[in-house]
Amino acid sequence: MRTIGNLGYETALGADVSSLLPKESIESLLSAALSRGGDLAEVFVQRSRTTSIPLEERKIRAAEARIAQGVGIRVISGEKTGYAYSDDLEMDSLLEAARVAAHIAEGPGTEHAIRVTARLAPDYYTVQIDPADQSAALKTALLKRANKAAYEYDPRIKQADVYYTDEQKDIIVANSDGLWIADRQTLLRMMVRCLAAQRRVSRSGVYASGGRIGMEYFDRISPEDIAREAARIAVVQLDAVPAPAGMMPLVIGNGWGGVLLHEAVGHGLEADVIRKNMSIYTGRVGRKVASELCTLVDDATLPNQRGSINIDDEGTPGQRKVLIERGVLAGYMTDRLNGRLMGLPLTGNGRRQGYHDYPIPRMTCFFMEAGDSDPEEIIRSVDHGVYAGNFGGGEVDISSGNFTFSITEGYLIERGRLSYPIREATLVGNGPDILTKVTMVGSDLALDPGTSTCGKSGQSVPTTVGMPTVKVSEMTVGGTAT
Amino acid sequence: MNYLEFAQDVVRSAVNAGAHQAEVYIQTGSEFHVDVRMGEIETLAQASAKGLGLRVFVDKRMAFASTTDFHGPVVADLMRTTVNLAKAASRDRYNGLPDVGPGPLPHLNLYDPAIVDLPAERKIEMAREAEKAAFDCGPRITNSYGAGVGTHVGTQIIANSNGVLYSCSGTDCTVSCAPMAEGDGEKQFGHHWSAKRFFGELEPAAEVGRQAAIRALQKLGARKVETQTVPVVFDWMVGPLLWEAVFHALDGDGVHRGMSFLKNMLGKQVASPVVTLVDDPLMPGGLGSVPFDGEGVLCARKVVIENGILKTYFYDARTARKYGQQPSGNARRGFASLPSVSPTNLYLKPTNTDPSEIIRGIANGFYVTQTMGYGVSTVTGDFSVGAVGMWICNGELAFPVQEVTIAGNMLDMMRSIEQVANDARFISSVVSPTFKVAEMTVSGK
Repeated sequence: MRTIGNLGYETALGADVSSLLPKESIESLLSAALSRGGDLAEVFVQRSRTTSIPLEERKIRAAEARIAQGVGIRVISGEKTGYAYSDDLEMDSLLEAARVAAHIAEGPGTEHAIRVTARLAPDYYTVQIDPADQSAALKTALLKRANKAAYEYDPRIKQADVYYTDEQKDIIVANSDGLWIADRQTLLRMMVRCLAAQRRVSRSGVYASGGRIGMEYFDRISPEDIAREAARIAVVQLDAVPAPAGMMPLVIGNGWGGVLLHEAVGHGLEADVIRKNMSIYTGRVGRKVASELCTLVDDATLPNQRGSINIDDEGTPGQRKVLIERGVLAGYMTDRLNGRLMGLPLTGNGRRQGYHDYPIPRMTCFFMEAGDSDPEEIIRSVDHGVYAGNFGGGEVDISSGNFTFSITEGYLIERGRLSYPIREATLVGNGPDILTKVTMVGSDLALDPGTSTCGKSGQSVPTTVGMPTVKVSEMTVGGTAT
Repeated sequence: MNYLEFAQDVVRSAVNAGAHQAEVYIQTGSEFHVDVRMGEIETLAQASAKGLGLRVFVDKRMAFASTTDFHGPVVADLMRTTVNLAKAASRDRYNGLPDVGPGPLPHLNLYDPAIVDLPAERKIEMAREAEKAAFDCGPRITNSYGAGVGTHVGTQIIANSNGVLYSCSGTDCTVSCAPMAEGDGEKQFGHHWSAKRFFGELEPAAEVGRQAAIRALQKLGARKVETQTVPVVFDWMVGPLLWEAVFHALDGDGVHRGMSFLKNMLGKQVASPVVTLVDDPLMPGGLGSVPFDGEGVLCARKVVIENGILKTYFYDARTARKYGQQPSGNARRGFASLPSVSPTNLYLKPTNTDPSEIIRGIANGFYVTQTMGYGVSTVTGDFSVGAVGMWICNGELAFPVQEVTIAGNMLDMMRSIEQVANDARFISSVVSPTFKVAEMTVSGK
């Protein structure tokens, strides 16, 4: 059991992480990194311990442990970035990395002493029972419970796979402005995949759940809950009819449905594409970009959410930002490089996958605020359309604004009621266009269960998406039934 | 550090610590990358990296661990932890290393000293050339995501307690460019790249830039079309999406568990007779070429689909034992992951047909140049993705199209492939020449 409060934080964690790379060594690396000049030097230290356990065909397939540690060194000079990393923590290797990163600056420069001072990070993800301290046997017991619940859900469930992962990622960020800050980022996730079969038809259902939380999570959301949801989706799909093709009204369920906003809007509000004038939202702050029913927020401070961060990977504390307020664009998500070049405040969105990567602007927990409509009423308002309940993921093309997302559980809406489940389909739309077509927003805001991971420029980071039930007046559904 | 000896040492120590079988997989390498945007260097990144994956079997129970820290005490501790972790896993009588000892390693030509010695200045210059060539394609190219050049030199080593000890080194170099075109308030980007193991085989940087600009310009003025069922042409950049999904549906594990739309299809017609799909790990200079797989099985060329007939499924050591097959040599991995069945150089065999000939034969159809999203199910075979491309009218590319989807079932799609072209480009590990599917649903207005 380990509880880290604000006061004990630096001593509890700082002592741990400091042993990895002492402050004095970090200061020497920062000095070396700025030896040819430059605006900012930064050292990012990471040590991750991951446990993964897959269960397939009723057997614990393996028990897996991973350690990744390394140091990334970045030098920023104007619009240019020099980056190098080392997984060898010997000072010789690290100084070499610092010199490589330093090459981006044109000089002249001289090596001068840099002193860093420890700052306290906020604490948005208190962990009560640290997964890193728990035995593999305890974790396999959870997997077996999920497996049992999946098969017991329905005799048509023929296969179940259960995957458990926990990660304890310790990071230190220090820079030549004198910052030194550390964070422990715990991540927990269970995913269940079921296969349902009936006569000659086979369908799968996937559900995942978790967050930045300890084992106490499973007292609230049980392994059985996660398994039954995956099994339910697979069984529902057995009766699915081909999805329709063409433009029609769409009702998007709350929670996971926020993937629509993440793709349609979120990526276009990241400061790198704004600064480079590649986003359709460049230069539009203060303008109406969405229906006034839309208020969109990126909030890193939500307790225990998968996308929450105490500090970003540049050491900036996590924050809550309203990006679109009642349809009007209010601001962008920044990292240090783009924020400085654009004269915008830091919003704590400079994130990276790990020490191999330099930070870029990324979302944390991105969601739409609740509206006034009754979710049932929203469905009743549609004569012929589609209801989307569960999702596979999405993609956006920032410059054109075109985006897609895939439905893994959806239904036809006929005369205001859900009728048949439909087969998996991809939906396509244009971001700015879709936002003007949001005609009803439900009162039932929910976040996704803790399953989403966002990929950008080859880097994956855990995120959270969220949304109330929303009606879009028309969108193209990519089925086969014409 | 001599990594070959190190790998063997760790295997021996794991066995001494109680493992009945042990396997070590090591990756080491160095990489360099430069991004140029609007003529200026945006990012320079350079690093060396290494990692070790240890797999042990204790009493037919499997455990795995990986680390990037090679220090003696860390590795010793990891080894004991791994052997101990195995107790948490289930006993499975099919578990274990492949039942093969060491064999003669085929020599593949995968290493080019010219890439190792390529000066950073030259790489920066190449990225600049690519981006400049894109801007030279006219005033409607107004902006750029940038152009990049990356090089990578790497070695993989596998050692196991059956006496296997293999090592293989390779190089690769990538040039890419992503310019943006603008017109009437509309922004469209295009993307093109070249990637090779040998520097001399790369497409000239300027040509990469030019091709990327053509893709961006081609999309200006794109519109949505009516929902309809028409012939759909997958160009060389989008075709690999289908073949990669098909390959995953051929994983013996999923097939035998009833989780694949290609189960019970061995020896049957799964595609039209013009389709021959090959997985060739021994292709000279291939980006996916490798002499041994992630379990130490020697790799071999396999015809996957021959004239439309499905010839093989794919197995790793465990699934081969379980289903009475031979391991395919396709268990691929990084140091931090367990081996899993994956393609090496997977390609649809090209013909002599020029893509323009395919287009000429279509009165009303859709030529797809970019897909978005991944609405692809290997369980049901359902395929539904966002698409961008050109509408074909009377045998000619008439106007650009966006914000539509294409959908069908992969088995129906493969069986209705009418033509395959000659334009296979081996710049990724899954390769497809342009091909025509007789009909799919295009969903738009």
